[in-house]
Amino acid sequence: MSDSTGSPDSIDPHEPVINAILTVGPLFKRWAMALVAVVVWAIIAWTWQLYHGLGATHLGRPIYWGLYITNFVFFIGVSHAGTLISAILRIVQAEWRRPITRMAEVITVLVLFFGVGNVLLDLGRPDRALNVVLHPHLRSPLLWDVGSISVYLTASSVYLFIPLIPDIARMRDVTTGWRHRLYARLALGWTGTPKQWHRLERAIGVMAILVIPIAVSVHTVVSWVFAMTIQPMWHSTIFGPYFVVGAIFSGIAAIITAMVIVRKVYGLERYLTEEHFNNLGLLLLVMACLWFYFTFAEYLTTWYGHEPRELAVFNSKISGPFAKFFWTMFACCFVVPFTILANPHTRTIKGTLVASIFVNIGMWLERFTIVVPSLSNPRAPVQTFGYWPSWVEWSLMAGCFAAFALLYMGFTKLFPIISLWELEPMPEAHAPAAARTFQPAEASS
Amino acid sequence: MMPTQRFGMVIDPERCIHCAACLVACKAENAVPDGHSRNRLSEQESGAYPSVRVVMAPSQCMQCDDAPCVRVCPTGASYRDANGVVLINADDCIGCRYCVEACPYGARYFDEESGTVDKCTFCVHRVEQGLEPACVTTCPTKTRVFGNLDDPSSAVARLIASAPTEVRLPEAGTRPKIYYMRGDSR
Repeated sequence: MSDSTGSPDSIDPHEPVINAILTVGPLFKRWAMALVAVVVWAIIAWTWQLYHGLGATHLGRPIYWGLYITNFVFFIGVSHAGTLISAILRIVQAEWRRPITRMAEVITVLVLFFGVGNVLLDLGRPDRALNVVLHPHLRSPLLWDVGSISVYLTASSVYLFIPLIPDIARMRDVTTGWRHRLYARLALGWTGTPKQWHRLERAIGVMAILVIPIAVSVHTVVSWVFAMTIQPMWHSTIFGPYFVVGAIFSGIAAIITAMVIVRKVYGLERYLTEEHFNNLGLLLLVMACLWFYFTFAEYLTTWYGHEPRELAVFNSKISGPFAKFFWTMFACCFVVPFTILANPHTRTIKGTLVASIFVNIGMWLERFTIVVPSLSNPRAPVQTFGYWPSWVEWSLMAGCFAAFALLYMGFTKLFPIISLWELEPMPEAHAPAAARTFQPAEASS
Repeated sequence: MMPTQRFGMVIDPERCIHCAACLVACKAENAVPDGHSRNRLSEQESGAYPSVRVVMAPSQCMQCDDAPCVRVCPTGASYRDANGVVLINADDCIGCRYCVEACPYGARYFDEESGTVDKCTFCVHRVEQGLEPACVTTCPTKTRVFGNLDDPSSAVARLIASAPTEVRLPEAGTRPKIYYMRGDSR
């Protein structure tokens, strides 16, 4: 245990974090109740859909993929928040990452369930979902998706769990009752011996490297579900990297949003400082520029080529029925975040939060304007229609976001949302030289 | 057991009078649910002013030899049978509709009732009994000719050999087995 400067030895220096786990305030309860209400409503909508079939949606020929698939791509994209960011920053020894990795990794694991969940919502026969395992057809990009997402979910869960072990052991030692039993079981007999530390560091090091190619593959394969068809404006060779860039972009925005909320609610101002938001804001700025580059390259080549089928989709986005979504997306993904983040004066905590919220909205719109306009302008001369989601689809989307928030809140009541052991000096000479900025600022109280 | 054949169809747009009897016959024969149709009548404009023409022709699943729908199906529910007919094993279909989105011809539909995808089967249940597909039998102007493309003596093979034909969206590379007589040849 690190020495607590100026305070009695009995008080844990990380009391704000521990306290956040062990106490449930009225604000938490009110939010939980509201979110549970939304989830219950979504379950009603889901039951309605199970009873009436996908006729409860407004999907129809030829636009059979809509809100659910948009959400699927969006959630899988956001999942790149955690694992990838935390792994990359860990490997390049950007030590300021220490207080934010846990928060990011939890987003990854939780949000993946909702990505997969949206595919299940979208199935005409969800009861037969296991057919992809029982009768797999390896030439189908959807099956590649099943494979890569399963591997990613497993790897990112392990990558979340391993660094949790010392903190779980810490919780085990300060709790009693059911919590003690739970933590004792999850701590896997951690006592903090040098051998255990060595193994832990090794495991984290291996996972951090392993997780990067897996994460890249996941969103690449998600893009291939679209790009492998010859649908106009889906059949693009840059879709893989374009989707990965968008995924990291929306992932960073999701981390920042979560950080601001957790910081405010649990009073973690001395863990999550201006510097963290400044650094992440700069990362977000870089990703905004990359996003612009990819979008520009994708749309310019389509426009210049003037292939009639492609152009029909292009025009529907630029000036047709999808123009309002496309240009809102452009403003949200580039104009607003670039303006805010390129200026050091506005790259504050509030500024990065505003930019992040816009990026999240913009990236959702990007997924929507990739999925729906192509299907609305099919290659064959078939009758089409204007798709707008039904109340069931909107309700299930709201339910997904509410359930995600609930699970995230639940996590903060079970485990330290900040990786405590990583903030403390290593037991031996483990501490890297660059580790200066990770120490929490001096307690003001 | 009949020897393996390669079923295909030739459609002559010049003969089509847009009576929609093929749509009705298909719907009745295959009990196609309300609001859906396995085949359709399309109008395709070609040329530019002043020499414009409208070609009206029936359209349906092209029974592609290299079918994108079969390729993308995650469970193998979509498959080509021994005679090259693209079929769906409804018991394996999970209703993901990837095949619908992958088909460049918009030939498939999703049946909300059953939660699975369906499409033209070339009336295999009739063909097995030596009959022709319902749309072929019912057509009053013999717009459609059905048969074994690999048999040089079949009506389809002879038509393709004797007159210029084309396929829809050849650039899609799907090698469709429904051929259209070219109107510009007459």
